[in-house]
Formats: sequence, C-alpha cells, structure tokens
Amino acid sequence: MDFLADINNAIPEAALAGFGLVGLLLGAIGGDRTAGLIRLLAAVALVAASVLTAYQFQHPGAADGIAAFASATSPDGLYRVTMFTLFAKTVTYALAALALLMSGGFLKTSQMERYEYPLLIVFGSLGAGLMLSANDLMTLYVGIETLSLSSYVLAAFRRDSLKSAEAGLKYFVLGALASGLLLYGSSLIYGFTGGTAYAVIAAAPISVGLTFGLVFVVCGLSFKASAAPFHIWTPDVYEGAPAPVVAFFSTAPKIAAVALLAHVMFVTFGPHEEAWRQIISIISAASMLIGAFGALMQNSIKRILAYSSISNVGFALIGVAAGVGNGAASVLVYMTLYVIATLGMFGGVLALRRGGRAIDNVSDLNGLVKQKPGMALGLLVLIFSVAGIPPAAGFWGKLQVFQAGLQADMTWLVLVGALSSVVSLGYYLRLVWAMFMKPSAGELDKTDISIGIIVLVTSLLMFPILTVTIQMLLETAARASGG
Amino acid sequence: MAGLELTLGHYLAVSAALFTIGVFGIFVNRKNIIVILMSIELILLSVNINLVAFSVFNGTIMGQVFAMLVLTVAAAEAAVGLAILVVYFRNRGEIAVEDVNVLRG
Repeated sequence: MDFLADINNAIPEAALAGFGLVGLLLGAIGGDRTAGLIRLLAAVALVAASVLTAYQFQHPGAADGIAAFASATSPDGLYRVTMFTLFAKTVTYALAALALLMSGGFLKTSQMERYEYPLLIVFGSLGAGLMLSANDLMTLYVGIETLSLSSYVLAAFRRDSLKSAEAGLKYFVLGALASGLLLYGSSLIYGFTGGTAYAVIAAAPISVGLTFGLVFVVCGLSFKASAAPFHIWTPDVYEGAPAPVVAFFSTAPKIAAVALLAHVMFVTFGPHEEAWRQIISIISAASMLIGAFGALMQNSIKRILAYSSISNVGFALIGVAAGVGNGAASVLVYMTLYVIATLGMFGGVLALRRGGRAIDNVSDLNGLVKQKPGMALGLLVLIFSVAGIPPAAGFWGKLQVFQAGLQADMTWLVLVGALSSVVSLGYYLRLVWAMFMKPSAGELDKTDISIGIIVLVTSLLMFPILTVTIQMLLETAARASGG
Repeated sequence: MAGLELTLGHYLAVSAALFTIGVFGIFVNRKNIIVILMSIELILLSVNINLVAFSVFNGTIMGQVFAMLVLTVAAAEAAVGLAILVVYFRNRGEIAVEDVNVLRG
C-alpha cells in the first residue's frame, strides 16, 4: 500500500487538524479581537473539508461500499474510508460549518465571542470525522474522545452562567462514564478476539466474552447518540448549554454518532448480527417512546427539541436494526433530513430574543406569525418535516426506515414507531398552535440575516416542491451503502 | 506452588472489581464531585489492567499500545473535568453532588 494513497484518504481530517492548530496560534497572538475572523476561517475550513470528502465520494479510490468490507485494500489498517462514512462525514462537516455561521449574532450579544469557540467546533468535527474513519477500536476511541472533550467544554462555554456550567458538568460526568463503558467493552473484545482491528473482530467466532464486550460498546455508543436508556443527559445539556452550542450538538455530532453506531454494527460486528439485533431494536423502541412521551409535559423549547432528537435517533435505529442490506441507506437518508431540519429549527431558537436576552419558553413563540410571518412559515415546514407529516421531506425519511424495518420482518418495531409518531404530534402541533393561533407575546429583536438565510434554505429543502433533491439524496445514500 | 500462580482470571477479577467500584462510586456517592472524578480514573485504570493482562496472555502488543492511548486520554479528560469543575465552583460556591440540580430531567 503506498504511503501517498494512505495520506490522501485522510486529507480532509489533516486539513481540519492543521487549521485548528494554526487557528490556536492566531488566537493566542491576536486575542479575542481575532475571534470573528477565526470564526469565518473555521467555517471556510469546515466547508473545505466537506467539499474534499464529497470529492472523495465522487472519485472513490481506496473507498468501497459498506457491503464490500471483505475485499478492502487494507482491512487491518487503523484508518479507512468507505462510501458510507464518506457520506456521513460530508454532511457532518457541512452542518458544523452552517451551525458556526449561524451563531455569530448570538455570540456577540451574549459576550461569548471568544476565539476558542470556533476552534472547539473544528476539533469536535475533526473527532467526529476520525471516529467515522476508524478501522480499529483504538482510532475509534481517540476520535470519540476528541469529539467528547470538545463538547464538554462547549457545553460549559458560557462561564458566567450557572446553568451552562452545570450542563457541562453533567455532560462530562455521564460522558466519561460512557467512555469507560466503551473502553471496558473494547478491552474485553480485544481479549477474546486477539486484536483491535475491525477485520479481526469481524472474523472472530462469537463467544461469551465478545458478546459482553459488544453490549458494553453498544451502551457507550448509544450514549453518544443520546439513545434511550442512555439519554438522561440530553434534556439537561440542551437546556443549560448556550443555544448555538446546542444547534451544533443536535446536528453535526448527532448524525456522526448515529452513522458511527450503524457503521460499527454493520462492519465491526457484521457477522454477529444475531447478537446485536435484539439490543438495537429494544434501544430503538425505548428511544422512540421516551422521546415522544417525555416532551409532552415540557415548556422549554430546547428541552422539547432534546426529546425530539431522542425520538428521532430511535427512528434512525430502526434502520440499523434492520441490518446492512435493508437499512444502511435508510439510516443515512433519515439522519440527513433530520439534521438539516433541526438546523433550521435552531435558527428559530437563536432568533427568539427579546431586549437582547435569549428566551426559551413555548409561550414566547405566541403570535410569531404576526411579527415574523416568513420565520413562522419556515419553522412550520421544518416542524412538519421533523414530525414526519406527509408533504414535508421528513416523511420520506420515515417511510424509508419503516420500509427497511418491514423488509427485516420487524413489524412490531415499525408499529411502535407509528404509535410514537402520533404521540409526538402532540407537542409538535403545540409549537405550531402557539406560533399561529395565540395572541402575540411581545416584540422580538431583529433577526440576523445569516439565521434568516439558513431558515429559508433549510425550509425550502424540506418543502415538497423540491422532491428532486429527495430523489438525489435517496440515490446518493444507496450508492453510499454499496446498493 | 501451582495454587499461587497468577492466571488471566485473577487479573480480570481485579479489573472487574475496580470497574464496579468506579461505576458505583459515580452513582452512590452523594458528597463530592471530586470523588466522581476519582471514580472515573478508577474505571479507566481498570480498563488498563484488562488491556495489559490480555496483551501479555494473548502474546500481542496492541493491548499495551491501547493502554498508552488510554493513559494519555485519561490525563486530558481529568484536565477538562477539573476545568469544568472550577467554572462550576465559581458560579455555585460549592461542589456537593446534591446541589447539582438547577436543571431537572
């Protein structure tokens, strides 16, 4: 295997790491005066990484479909790109860039405009890319920790707020526990298969030790994806952390974590499908139900979005439980549509400011349509999409995972999914009701132009007229899954 | 002397015990967040015992390489954890576990 080809595979991540270090230097020299500049440069670097991965996707060299694992060129290397992970990485980097661009106004008015912020997002996205490209449990662990450590700091980024500090603390303690579970599982897998490379693990026969390790690893990864019963941190962190940070958490790392869970199940434990199918389907059902019922009694918009993300991860896991042949493409389609719509919804959350202060109660949405009709209409489309109501794009994502579930003979899981979709309509429609039917709750601040653009673009993407984009997405995801 | 020989099982038992103590230390402890940080270290070190024992008994080097990575990441994790703890202490004035309750799930 020639060295240059190996480096080529890692160029997007190398570029991000390089930019991160240069950015740290710039920030250390220039101080917080350079924060705005570094934020722009970081967004450019993330877009560049996204374009580079998309280029790799279009011109696959060493990359191959997720199903073609056995024929890989270097199956026991530490680092490997497949079409599946290239797709997920492209979306991850692009959304991280958009979440960063959207946050400018909020950071300025909340005195959070410090140069560490964009760099932590760059390093977090680098970690997300690393863990997706892992071909060995060691690379996986280092990638996950790079993402997690950046995320803990980001959650506590508003240093003068008790809520933000507490969110960071809770996230750190539970996240460290999850990393411990993942590591303990990795050590058992290493002991009972004799190696840490995915190829070695996939080739090993199933044993009690391997099954134990598998369960621990699934627990650790579900925590990162905020799937029930490892979701406890999600509502607290979403409520306490600053809104732009939550916009990042619920988009880029979310699709990366779900794609990682899918990738590890499909590739690392591919031949042991019977051992994990039950676990994943139970986690999926629990996430959908807890996400649907948990949000009904909440009043904070950020908490509602947290439960919505738990429930949506559950839907995506139907695709994982369906197995690689049936579900790989549907996971990518579902998560891509979900994170794009979520980005737009967080645009709405960021725009909710009164007298320079962020507000976060459902009643604060009251009468939004009279003040900002464009924003209200955009949010309407996005909420319909996340809820999976037919004309919006999210419906097609739900259809895909349900079809995958039915193909794999998991009718009960699809029924649980349909039930929790209906229940979750309760809180989605409550948001819509507040925006369109209630009398106005008072004048809102002017919205940043960047937020307006992102809400417009995301809601147009989710709008049924652009079904062409959905067709493209379906075809690309099918290519990514080697179909 | 056969009864005194250390086998893989002994190492795994110690590591499992340490891991369990670490996990319980996080959930049962009601006093101090520093104790939680110590419990996290305990979990990571139990993993290291596992990795090195497996490495020796399997005859492969990967486990020891992995243990080095775990040590490095554990140091970074402790640094980030203490930094967040300091931020929390500045806002709250104390670090008792019972008082971490502004946000309710």
